[in-house]
Amino acid sequence: MLSKRIIPCLDVREGRTTKGIKFKQNVDIGDPVEMGRLYYEEGADEIVFYDITASNERRDIMIDVVSRVAGAIFIPFSVGGGIRTLEDMRSVLLAGAEKVSVNSAAIKDPEIISRGAEAFGRQCIVLGMDVKRVKLSTAIPTGYEMVINGGRTYTGIDALKWAKDAEGLGAGEICLNSIDADGTQDGYELTLTSLISENVNIPVIASGGAGNIDHIHEVLTRGRADAALVASIIHYETCSIREIKETLNARGVKVRMTW
Amino acid sequence: MGLMIAIIDYKAGNLRSVERALKKLGFDCRITFDREEILASERVIFPGVGAAGKAMADLRQLGLDGVLKQVFENGKPFLGICIGVQIILERSEEDRVHCLGLIPGEAKAFPVPFMSGDNECLKIPHMGWNGLRLIKKHPVLSGIKCEDEFYFVHSYYPMPASDIHVIGTTEYGIRFPSVIGNRNLIAMQFHLEKSGAPGLRILKNFCHWDGQTC
Repeated sequence: MLSKRIIPCLDVREGRTTKGIKFKQNVDIGDPVEMGRLYYEEGADEIVFYDITASNERRDIMIDVVSRVAGAIFIPFSVGGGIRTLEDMRSVLLAGAEKVSVNSAAIKDPEIISRGAEAFGRQCIVLGMDVKRVKLSTAIPTGYEMVINGGRTYTGIDALKWAKDAEGLGAGEICLNSIDADGTQDGYELTLTSLISENVNIPVIASGGAGNIDHIHEVLTRGRADAALVASIIHYETCSIREIKETLNARGVKVRMTW
Repeated sequence: MGLMIAIIDYKAGNLRSVERALKKLGFDCRITFDREEILASERVIFPGVGAAGKAMADLRQLGLDGVLKQVFENGKPFLGICIGVQIILERSEEDRVHCLGLIPGEAKAFPVPFMSGDNECLKIPHMGWNGLRLIKKHPVLSGIKCEDEFYFVHSYYPMPASDIHVIGTTEYGIRFPSVIGNRNLIAMQFHLEKSGAPGLRILKNFCHWDGQTC
């Protein structure tokens, strides 16, 4: 059977890694290629590089990072942030990424998902979802709403509806980020994660809120996630990837134990 | 002395990642669709992702279908990865296409909906890390431990007509052949170039393989 995946996420700004706390106060914690190699050697199952470079002119820096990462690590990795067009996807995939993730661009133009899936295969296309808890309403029957701009802009789109629509358009995977939980280290949003995971037939990566190993265990079992995204918890050495996997393995969660 | 390793270029698929992995291991290789170069090389890798119909159409258009059959007949070590496991069979359910027929059998689709033993709906494609149970010893798989896992992304799996061509199996709802082989040919469903150290080990073993099975 498939193993549950542990996926470190590295935020990259102008070629350097950072970790955002609720998307603010970014702290520089190093070189993305070196960090990627470190996590690869520690047993990461996949790595996400998220480009938070503000200006579009600096995108070439990220492409250079991607190609250097591809020569250094031999597991799949994905690239997200600022992916708006088929050309953006193509350049990242050609540089050596296994997958690309689209987020706000897909909300503005859902067809980017189907065009990407058609051109590169659906397994390459990850839908990034930023979600906030809101009051139940006719427009938002689940009480979870899609947001963009780091959570500052509400879209009026229900998160579950969007997940299903995107699956229909050809998304191969969902990276589900709770803006409420992100950066809190209080645990993943379990209700949201299980709601989405039980209602789509593509893998769901849970993101936002990991503060300890129990949280990761929880989201992979009760939250029904296929994978857990981890950031601060490993960047700040609360625990290592090996410790996470050894604990999960001891608790009967199937994870990859040799690398 | 010709090129050491030819990576078959059929105008699709993730060829660079195999090239990068070989370079990391220190092996000389080239991505090529040149018939002479392929036939003069010491060993051949057919990698990639995509659909079987497209891959076979591209191979035929480049005149490489015959070249690959010749590579097999000549006894040259030949490695297929992912779509490379499908095209060496006689046919594939994907696009209902006729393939090279180097191993009798066909590539089959996972059933939809696909239920596990616990009656859970299994997601397709089969994507992620999974194990490998070795059915028989093979020089290319030497040093691989039973707990090692490999990275899969696929919706079709190889089903050789005879068990003698099955080298390893993997479980995902069903137990399916994930490594198959015939003489100097070995093919695996998973992406060994994306499977960390155990994958690189297989790639390295292949680069030292003389094409003989045990």
